[in-house]
Amino acid sequence: MIVTTSWYLVLGALLFIIGGVGLLVRRNPLIMLMCVELMLNGVNLSFVAFSKALGDIGGQTVVFFVLVVAAAEVVVGLGLIVAILRRAPGSTADDLSVLKG
Amino acid sequence: MVDTIVFLVAAVICLTGALGVILARNPVHSALMLVMTLFGIAVQFVSQEAHFLAAVQVIVYAGAIVVLFLFVIMLLGVDTAQNLEIGALPAQKWAALCFGVGSLALTGYIILAVDNPVTGRPGMGGAIDETANVRLLARSLFSNYVYAFELTSLLLVIAVIGAVVLARKPVKQLPEEAGR
Repeated sequence: MIVTTSWYLVLGALLFIIGGVGLLVRRNPLIMLMCVELMLNGVNLSFVAFSKALGDIGGQTVVFFVLVVAAAEVVVGLGLIVAILRRAPGSTADDLSVLKG
Repeated sequence: MVDTIVFLVAAVICLTGALGVILARNPVHSALMLVMTLFGIAVQFVSQEAHFLAAVQVIVYAGAIVVLFLFVIMLLGVDTAQNLEIGALPAQKWAALCFGVGSLALTGYIILAVDNPVTGRPGMGGAIDETANVRLLARSLFSNYVYAFELTSLLLVIAVIGAVVLARKPVKQLPEEAGR
């Protein structure tokens, strides 16, 4: 059996699905951020697979930018969680609905 | 043959870790499972000759992002972090079910219906040379994508300043200042 591009794409899709379901099922903001990371990693895997299959370095460059955006997102997201829990201890994801304009 | 074995082992590691992230009750376990998934992805990157990205994946993701997660979990306290979990909204479970089943069905359909997802058209960013991967990546990053690269630095500065402002303790006003 030869490993084709489709295998990597399917693995990426499965990671994306698991991350998306986790994002919807779990209500802990920390776990939800981790699920976003899973989804981003599934997409990264697809990008690298296409980069290899098409012989184009552009896919790997995009993965670079996804890494940076993921890092920035985690930093701001965790900062928000810490700030919210400091001002209102014991608040959960549902309590944040008061933030709606 | 070796490729297949490597792919299958790494895929099992990835999927086990991913399921562990969403099934573990304890956030610390979720973070450790996330490390497992990230290592599996790094192995997949290596097997597709994206060696530099594999190294960056391990250093940035497993080394920095997951440590940041663990740091925040420990900062809040493991019990507090675990108590953030609340029951799902009723509509959410249905949304999750629809999303999961729908995307799985779509993936299965694509596997069965499409032989080769790749059109075979050459890309614009320059061909891959397995021996000079890093050089090609750098050339692409600093020529075609240089504006995006500069914007990335701006994004990181914004994120750092935002995190500092958000996580700072509210400044207590001195009595004489509060009176003014």
